[in-house]
Order: sequence, then C-alpha cells, then structure tokens
Amino acid sequence: MLTWLARILHSSFLHSGPVQTALLVGSGTAVVCAVIGVFTILRGHAFAGHALGDVSSAGGSASFFLGINPLAGFLGIAAMAAMGLEFLGVRRVREQDVATGIVLGAGLGLSALFLYFDLTTTSTTGAAVMVMFGSMFAMPPSLQWPALIVAVLTVSMVTVLYRPLLLSVVDVELASSRGVSNRWVGTLHLLALAAAVALAALSVGSVLASALLIGPAGAALRVSHRPSRAIFGAVVIGLAAIWGGVWMAYESYYWFSGNAWPVSFFVVAIIFAAYLLSMPCRYALQRMAAGEAGRQ
Amino acid sequence: MFDSFMINTWIAATIVAITAGVLGFFVVLRRSAFAAHALPLATFPGAAAAQLAGVQPLWGLLVFVAGAVFLLRQLQKLGRKDVATGLVLVTLMAVGSLLLSMTNAYGPAVFSLLFGEVLGVSSADLLPVILISVAVMLGAMFVYRPLLLQSAFPELAISRGVRAGTIDLLFLCLLGLVTAMALPVVGALLVFSLLVAPAATAQVLSAHPARALALSVALSIGLIWSAIALSFLTNWPVGFFVGSIGALLFSSTRIFRYFRNRLKHERDRKAQHA
Repeated sequence: MLTWLARILHSSFLHSGPVQTALLVGSGTAVVCAVIGVFTILRGHAFAGHALGDVSSAGGSASFFLGINPLAGFLGIAAMAAMGLEFLGVRRVREQDVATGIVLGAGLGLSALFLYFDLTTTSTTGAAVMVMFGSMFAMPPSLQWPALIVAVLTVSMVTVLYRPLLLSVVDVELASSRGVSNRWVGTLHLLALAAAVALAALSVGSVLASALLIGPAGAALRVSHRPSRAIFGAVVIGLAAIWGGVWMAYESYYWFSGNAWPVSFFVVAIIFAAYLLSMPCRYALQRMAAGEAGRQ
Repeated sequence: MFDSFMINTWIAATIVAITAGVLGFFVVLRRSAFAAHALPLATFPGAAAAQLAGVQPLWGLLVFVAGAVFLLRQLQKLGRKDVATGLVLVTLMAVGSLLLSMTNAYGPAVFSLLFGEVLGVSSADLLPVILISVAVMLGAMFVYRPLLLQSAFPELAISRGVRAGTIDLLFLCLLGLVTAMALPVVGALLVFSLLVAPAATAQVLSAHPARALALSVALSIGLIWSAIALSFLTNWPVGFFVGSIGALLFSSTRIFRYFRNRLKHERDRKAQHA
C-alpha cells in the first residue's frame, strides 16, 4: 500500500500543472457541492439543482464569444436562474416540478443560441463539448484562485446559516416560530446552490454538474440520516471521486495506448459506484444496529 | 420556407409536436418533468454508440432508452426518486462523453443531437417517426383512463385496482419511445421543451382533462411551427425559439390567471358588501 502510494506521489502525476489546477479546483468544488448537496436533497430540490447546472451552460457558452471569465459566466446565469425559480414559485411543492422544467427549457434554449454565436462569431468548434462535459485538464490556472474564493465564501455562508438552514429543511413551521425567515433562508440556499453548481459546471461540465451535487450527498444520506454525518460522508465521497477521477484519467493515457478517457467520465463513474455501494453499507449498518438491539 | 426540402421537416415536426403534446399532458399531470428531461439526455449517447457499432442511430437510441428506463426503475426502488433520476441522467451522459471522445464526430454532432437541427430530415427518417408516433398514440389511447385516474388521483386509483407500478412503467415506456423517435429529428432539448411547456400552459388555462389535452396538442403544434419559421428566418437555432417561446407562453398565462383571480376576488368582495 505504502509503496503504491509512494509510486503515485513520485510519478509525474502531481508535478503536472494541469493536474494541480484540476485537483485544486476539483477539491474545492467537491467540498462545496457535498455540503450544499445534503441540504438540497433534504429540501427535495434535486431537480432544481440539476436544472441550475444545465442552465448555467448558457453562461459558459456566452463567456466564449463575450471573452469573459467562464466562472463569471456560469455564476451569473446560475444566480439569475435561481432568482427565476424563486419567482416562478419553486417553493410551492405542487408547482415546483413544472416551474423548474420551464426555467430549464428556456435556459437550455439560450445556451443553444449562445453556442451558435460561438460557432459563427469566434469559430470555437469544441465549445459545446467543453461547456457540456467539462475539460478539467484544459482549465486555465488563472481560474484557480477565483474558484477557490467562491468555494470558501459559499462554505462559510452555509456554516454561519447552518442551524436556520437545517431547521427550515426539517420543519418549516417550527423554523418560522423560532423566528427564522424562510424566505431569506430559501433565497440564500438557492444562491449557495447556484454557486456550487457553477463551480461544478466549470470542472465536470454543466450537464454533469449535478453528479457532484446529488451523487455524494445522496449516497451519504442513504447510509446516515444525521445531517452532520451525511455532510462528512458526502465530502469524503466527493473528494475521492475527484482525486480518483483525475488520477484515472491521467493514467488512462497509458492504459489505452495514447487515448486518454475524459476526466468527467471517471468522476461520474466513481460517484455512481459509491451510490450503488451505499445500499449494502446501509444494509450492513442496519444489521449491526439490529444485532446490538437484540443483545440488549 | 415551404420549399420541397423543407416539406419533410414540417411533417416530422408536426407529428412530433402532436405526440409530445399528448404525452406532455400526462408528464405535467404526474409532475414527471425531471423524468421527461432525464430520458432524452440519457438516450442521447445512443446515437454515438450506434455510430461506433456501425448500425442505424435509431437502434442505439432504442437500446439506450430501454436501459435508461430499466435503470431508473431499479434506482427509484432503492431511494429518493429525484436523486435516482438525476443519477441515471448524469451516469448515461458521462458514458456519452466517453463515447463522443472515441468517435471523431465531435462538435457538430453534439450540438445537433442536443439542440436539434430540423432542417435535415430525409424521407427515410420520416418512416420510423410516423410508425412510432402511431404506436405511442394507440398505446396512450389504450391506457388513457387508468393513466388519467392514476395521475390525477393516485389513492382513488389504488382503490379501483389500478396498479401504480404497472402504470408508471407503461408511462415511462411511452415516454422512452417518443424520446427515441424525436431525438434525431428535433434534439434532446426540444423533446423536453415540447413535453413540458405546452402542457403546463394548457393546464393553467383549463382544468377539464379532455379540453386541456386538446389545448396542449394545439399549443405544441403552434410552438414548433412558430419556432421553425423564426429559425428559418433568422438562422438562429430552433431550440432557442422553442425554449423561450414556451417559457413566455407559460409565464404570460400564469400572470393572466393571477389577474383574473384577483379581479374575481374583488368582484366577490364587492358583491358581499352590496
């Protein structure tokens, strides 16, 4: 085990610039997404989270022909879409599904238009693939610090709001009786969600962004219902997916004789495996708990 | 706009719009917009797989849509429905990104499969569209009553002996067929927009099932016709027009309903005072 670890660390893997950028931005993204993801799933906003990721692709594609920072593009559109969801009434359960669908359709339409502008005005041909599926190894190093700052800001906001956020997830009426403004908490949650999704879209691509958001959190919530434990588990799974995915994609260049497989594929594959594995884990934990209860 | 090379486009788009309008009515009623979004995207790698295997794209799409429906049903049994839907979507899309990196048909193919390219429908493409649409419409007519009952009143349906699991599977199969049929013609995004926006607007306007269904089909046809015409005139992608006109339709009917309700409220209050 140790020699194996040493071999990885001494290889060219960690000394390569693109790998360093990918790992840094990817780790920040994984942590933010894991934390926000747990709240998102508990609130039943998985569709909204996915929709924000897809819609943010409009910002990513606009950044090409406008020549702006892609992170700013993803963030701006995701925040605007979050406000649109709020306006169309995403919090009323009955209308949530359709309202999300409408915002999603409009956002993807906009992204189609912007990708078309990319093609006609700047002749960037790979824009669709880059925005939709991400390209972690092609991330410019100048994006490192802005991305990390957004990640740190979002996590600290959630840490400050941890208790009211949790309370409003568990019981809306109890929360308002304790003086929590559900409207503010809801809006701040959607904005934090937009930030998480924008980071994820930047690293694994906008269509796959929700993998980082709901995959690790979903798997962790299946094993433990305690939010704090689920957040910890989700962070571990998310980081494992990013590091494992980046390492596998880097090594796949040698595995498949020069045809490297995309990073995003490996990241999502690890997350999917973790979700499937959460089933036997939950079963084993339940058995253990039942065994202890039986002995007492 | 109505040149001979556009005739197939108009026919295919109209057929897709009718089928999507009918099925979309149930999508909105069952609140399955996420599934309606996930299935087209999860099916999209099928086209790349078919290209790698050297078979007709439709076969690849049908295989992938069947796989997506199966995976969706299995994962939904394990845990939260929306998490399962999202995971199926991203997993199959990730497979798609892998398949796309293997074929050399990179940019343009991705764009047209995601956002649609209605200007290139050949007569050979038209036949499967017609056949599958007829099959879906017959299927929808066959299960219309139990599907309507189960979608609108799930508890009542159980007491009448309608099996929720079977109905759900049938619904997903119909949705999958529409997806596989419409994807090469109009793209993954358009399928989704056509399934949600017209039906959602129709259900805001009318609570009567048959009327809402007819309205949904009419709006769907109007939506795709205006989108194709605008796309032809401006050269902008048709997906943009379907998405934005759909959103405009829905929001304006919502605003209309809001003001109508407020007016009615005022009138009731005045009547009470008098």
